[in-house]
Order: sequence, then structure tokens, then C-alpha cells
Amino acid sequence: MDLNYSAEERAFREEVRAWLHANLPDDLRDKVAAYAHLSKEDLLRWHRILAQKGWIAPSWPREWGGTGWDPVQRYIFEEEAGYAGAPPLVPFGLAMCGPVLLRFGTPAQKEHFLPRIYNGDDFWCQGYSEPGSGSDLASLSTRATRQGDHYVVNGQKTWTTLAHYADWIFCLVRTDSGAKKQEGISFLLIDMKTAGITVRPLRLMDGGHEVNEVFLDDVRVPVDQRVGDEGMGWTIAKYLLGHERMNTARIGTSRRELENLKQFASRQKKGGRSLMDDVRFRDEVSRLEVELMALEITNLRFLDQLRGGRPPGAEVSMLKIKGTEIQQRLTELMMVAAGPAGDRSFADRYANFRKTSIYAGSNEIQRNIIAKMSLGL
Amino acid sequence: MKFDFTEEQRLLADSVRRFVAQDYPFDARRGIVESAEGFSPRVWATFAELGLLGIPFAADDGGFGGGAVDLMPVMEAFGEALVVEPFVPTLMAGRLVARLGSPAARAQVIPAVIEGRMKLALAHAEHDARYDLASVEATATRDGSDWRLTGEKCAVLHARAADALVVSARAKGTLALFLVGRDRAGVELHGGRTFDGMRAADVILRDVRVDDSARLGSADALAALEAEFDFATALACAEAVGAMKSANGATLEYLKTRKQFGVPIGAFQALQHRMVDMVIEYEQARSMASLACAKVDTASDARERARIVSAAKIRVCEACRRVSQESVQLHGGMGMTDELKVSHTFRRLTVLGQQFGDADHHLERFASLG
Repeated sequence: MDLNYSAEERAFREEVRAWLHANLPDDLRDKVAAYAHLSKEDLLRWHRILAQKGWIAPSWPREWGGTGWDPVQRYIFEEEAGYAGAPPLVPFGLAMCGPVLLRFGTPAQKEHFLPRIYNGDDFWCQGYSEPGSGSDLASLSTRATRQGDHYVVNGQKTWTTLAHYADWIFCLVRTDSGAKKQEGISFLLIDMKTAGITVRPLRLMDGGHEVNEVFLDDVRVPVDQRVGDEGMGWTIAKYLLGHERMNTARIGTSRRELENLKQFASRQKKGGRSLMDDVRFRDEVSRLEVELMALEITNLRFLDQLRGGRPPGAEVSMLKIKGTEIQQRLTELMMVAAGPAGDRSFADRYANFRKTSIYAGSNEIQRNIIAKMSLGL
Repeated sequence: MKFDFTEEQRLLADSVRRFVAQDYPFDARRGIVESAEGFSPRVWATFAELGLLGIPFAADDGGFGGGAVDLMPVMEAFGEALVVEPFVPTLMAGRLVARLGSPAARAQVIPAVIEGRMKLALAHAEHDARYDLASVEATATRDGSDWRLTGEKCAVLHARAADALVVSARAKGTLALFLVGRDRAGVELHGGRTFDGMRAADVILRDVRVDDSARLGSADALAALEAEFDFATALACAEAVGAMKSANGATLEYLKTRKQFGVPIGAFQALQHRMVDMVIEYEQARSMASLACAKVDTASDARERARIVSAAKIRVCEACRRVSQESVQLHGGMGMTDELKVSHTFRRLTVLGQQFGDADHHLERFASLG
């Protein structure tokens, strides 16, 4: 057992760090550090800089632009990017639609969509949740009826993140209402400019706009935009669930936030002294720091297993549970540190981050997954 | 970066696990706890045969030249089986002799420890010290070329089983350590069984006369004590990980077999989620135990070592508390009984949470090293 990075891994980290230092635009880094709103242009700008370098889709096969990095190198890259304050990469194309096409797409679908995802030509969003189907996703009721070489899609998606930026949406739709609920689902790629699609913003409690309702009324989708066979949608959804679960902990970002919290809190005064000298507050920060240290090692242990050809099981869901708990606690302690004179942006951010334990499979669903798949309960 | 153990470490871990499975089942452990000695001489001899007692001593002293990482799988196996033998006290005191003692003292003690002929205890903590290692009021005063030791040491683990004690005392303000035979005149033990089935004794020193060669080194011993307590804390974290594994395994088994309302109680989501949280606690604790063991072996500066060890203990304390409490709760009334191992694991985890400093102590230390 050697918990130090190897010389090669350290050299790789240095390379990544130096490149980020030279290529991450200051204005983007400042926006991230200030928790400012990132526009579509901001997100795409960073995407294209990484694409230019060839680092936008590390886990893809080399022939489609992947880097050939091993899991630990991918982790180091993510950690450094997060720590440097790089804008987040929108996952819907790169980490979701891309891997689905790579695994289930036709040659024509791959040829058309993958380079466009890689280069940031298409902005993707995810059409999964519906008003009546959240955690119980397989109960979804958006219908796709076959008419010749088209499907006609009717229904509603909700919580659709960045649909207002999106050029395309990948959707789970019901193509067979007679089958068992998991078996009648198909996976469609839909151009957001198609007639019959309406996007309506959902305003969240922090005042921000990131999620939407997407209404589909008689939307005509060519059959060749179905991925996989008819009825295979649930298999694809489950495949996605298992994909890229290793990078949900966001260690690098949380490390940067923790340093930020400590510096910020040390400048706040309480009874004439620094807030970091207040034992009650200081111990809360210490506990959080320790939790983050532990999660970093836990994450690396799982990556080491993966690299050794022994992929860990459902217990990797704990990375999402613990990672989001840490992110939430960081925003909470920032708000506490800011105190009564603090800008409302601290409270807004605290409020916004309640989403993290709800989205991408709520933390309760993650516990269900561990209980069932890993513990056999 | 790699988390796997070496081939040599794996072989050792396998032999320890085999030994524990065969020779240390829960019934046998119960017998040992209730025996007059409170440990098994036969088990101790096997430790020596397996080479466990030589692991953390230098090759020059006849040891294996290993460290906490080498001991990690051993401690996990001991934690799972709730081993009560005076393993850690003997290693701690022995390593202090190895670190500070004269060649003669080392030659007298270390080979005997490694061969299983000598057990040691560390008589350091005092009543009002809590976990502060520098808080020592016992005194060592000169008497010609000899020393006279006076003071009271509190809850010394396995003092009665030990052949010799490493005793701390203030010599004109300097923190000094002495190797004292347990049967030395003036050494008085008031012992009993601890909450977790071990033996401990208050050690009263009344004018205990030892010659100058009993003193280990001449400089202040605080730094050496801190290093050995960090080492032992890392081992305690690894032992706790093993005990948690046992508690979680027993609880999961119980959830799958105990039926109520016509179904195994593990079918209830309220219990499933609590079980999952116990597993997460275990994994997070395991990560910090690994980090602590690696750091005490390799950290070049004491501050970095201390900071990581305290971080580990903070996390492990919390995990000990949650896993032990939940394992009893999910066993229902059965978890309360002396009959089930899980109640013994509860006790051991509770003690491990406090041993070498509770979370509050380590939070203070962690922050001071920020």
C-alpha cells in the first residue's frame, strides 16, 4: 500500500496544472470563484478550449477523441480542473448521450453526433423526469406512436436542466403501453427546433433559472433518431446510471471551496476575534475537512480497484451521497460565516445546493441502490 | 498510488485471519476474558510463532522492520475477533525502549518481546491528564546514582499481565521514561476488567527504587511519546475498522434472517438506509485508517503526522459511535444481550472511540496544527 502518487502521476498532475494555469481564462475562473451565473457562451467557450486541446472527452475511445488516460489520471484531471476553478462541463452530451451512442448507436448516428458533441456544436439536455415520474422513472408516460418512418411524441418532461440552451434533447419515451413498464420504453434523440416543443422556465427558490418544463405536442421524430431497438430504453437508462459514477464526488471543487471558506471565515469577526478562532465554528469546519479527506481516499480506493480490473459495485453510489453532503455543508457554512451582514448570494447558493442531494438519483435512491445491489437487501 | 498490500503482507494477513478463525472464535474469547489472567498464554505464543510481535521493530533489534501498514491487516483481524491480548501496549512500550533505550536495554527487552517471552505495559496516563500527554505529575528524584519514582498511573492496560512497565515521571521538569519490573518493590496494582473485556490497573508507585540504567534516554521524552501514541492511534483506527466490519456483517445477516410482519426486516427501507449509512461509515473510517497508517510510517515531519492521525481519529470516533449504536439498535432486544457478539463489539468500539483521545481532543489538536 502506497498512498503517494507515483512519479508519473505527479508529472501528469503538473502537466495538467500548468496547462490549466495557461489556458483557463481569468474571467471564467473569476466568475466561478464568485459563484456568478455562467452563460451558455461561457460554458461553450471552456468546452471548446478543452476540445482544441483534446481533453474534452477523456473516457471516450481514442478513435473518437478520448485521451487513453487511466481512471486515476482522469480523476487527477477532474480534481485539478475543479481546484483551478474551471467551469463545470455540462454532462448531457459528453458524459451521457456520447457514451450511449458509443455503446448503442448506429454507425451513422455515431458519425453524425459524436464529433458535434465533442466540438460543442450541439448543446444537449436530458429528457428523463416527468411530473408523475421522478424517482420512479420507469413509470414515465410520454408516448411515442409510430407513423411510417416517424414517431409522434406527446407528453411532458420536467426538471430539464439547461433545456433553454439546448439544441437537442435525448428522451425516454413509452413506445409500448401494453408491456411491463420497464419494457415499453425507447430512447429518442430529438431536435429542440422541431415543431411542437415548448420550453417553459421553472424559477427556483434562489431566483435562478436552470431547469425547465419541456412540453411535447405531436412532435415528429424520424425513426432513425431512435437509439437501440424499440423497447431498449430502460436498458440504456440503466447503462447510463452505471456510467461515470466515479466522478460524482467533486473532490477538487470541494477542496477549493473549503480553502475559500477558511479564508473567508478567518476574515469575519466575532467578539473582536476571527471566526476561525470560535471553537464551535472551527470544529464544524474541521469535521467537514476530515470528511472530505476521507472521501478523497475512498474515491481513490474505488479508482484503484477499477484500474486493477476489479470494478467496485454499487457502493460507489456513496461517492454521490457523501460528495453532495459535503458540497451542501460547504455552502451552509459559508452562509453561516457570512452572518447577518452577509450578502444574500450566500443564502441563495445555500438554497440552490439543496438540489444536489435530489438530482441525478436522490440520495435516498442511491441508498436503495446500495441496499439492493451491494448488500442484497 | 496503490492500495493493495504486498504479497508478503497478504500472506501474513491470511495466516492471522486463519489463526483467528480457528483459535479465536467468540466462545474461546469469552473463556479468555473470564480467565484469571485475562489473556491466553497460548495465543500469545502463537503471536510470537506467526512473527506478529516482531513486525514493528528494526531488523537490527531482531525485528521485521515493518510499520503500521504491515500491522494494519493484523489489527483489522484482531478488531473483527475482539482480541483481548496485550498486543498494542506491548508494542508501544517496546518501541519506546527501542527508540530511547541503551543498547543494553534494547538487547534485554526487544528480542524477549519478539519471542513472546516478555509482555509490556505503558504506565503513562494520570488521573487528571485526560488525553494530554505532557500532563505528568509522577516524579523521579535522584537518590545517589539511583532514581526513586513516586506517583499514580491510571487505568494502565494489561499492567498485571506485563513483565515490565514503561513508566513516565518528571525528573526536574523533564519528562523521563523508566523501564520498571512489575514486581519491583513499591509497585502496587489495583486492577479490574474494563468495559470491553480487557484488563487494566491503576499503578501506584511508592518510592520505587531503580538504578540509572532503567532510564530510557536522557532527553525529554515527550516527542517520542507523541510519535508512539500516533503510531498506536493509527493501529487503533485499523482495529476499529475490523470491529466495524464485524458489527456490520452481523447486522446485515440479522436483517436478512430476522422475520417480522411475515418478511425479513431487511425488506424495510427505514432499516435498509440505516444499514447503508453504517457501510458508508465503515468505508470512510477505513480510508482514514489507511491514511493514518501510511502517514505514521512515512511522514517526515511530526506535525504532518500528527495532523493526519488526529484527522483519522476524528473520523473513526464518529464511525465507532454510529456503527456501534446502530448495530445494537438494528438487532433490537437481542443486541442488548451479553450472549451476542454484537454487544461485545459495541463495547469495544465504544472504548476504541475514546482510546488515545476522543473526537474533541483530536479536533483541538487538528485545529492547532492547521
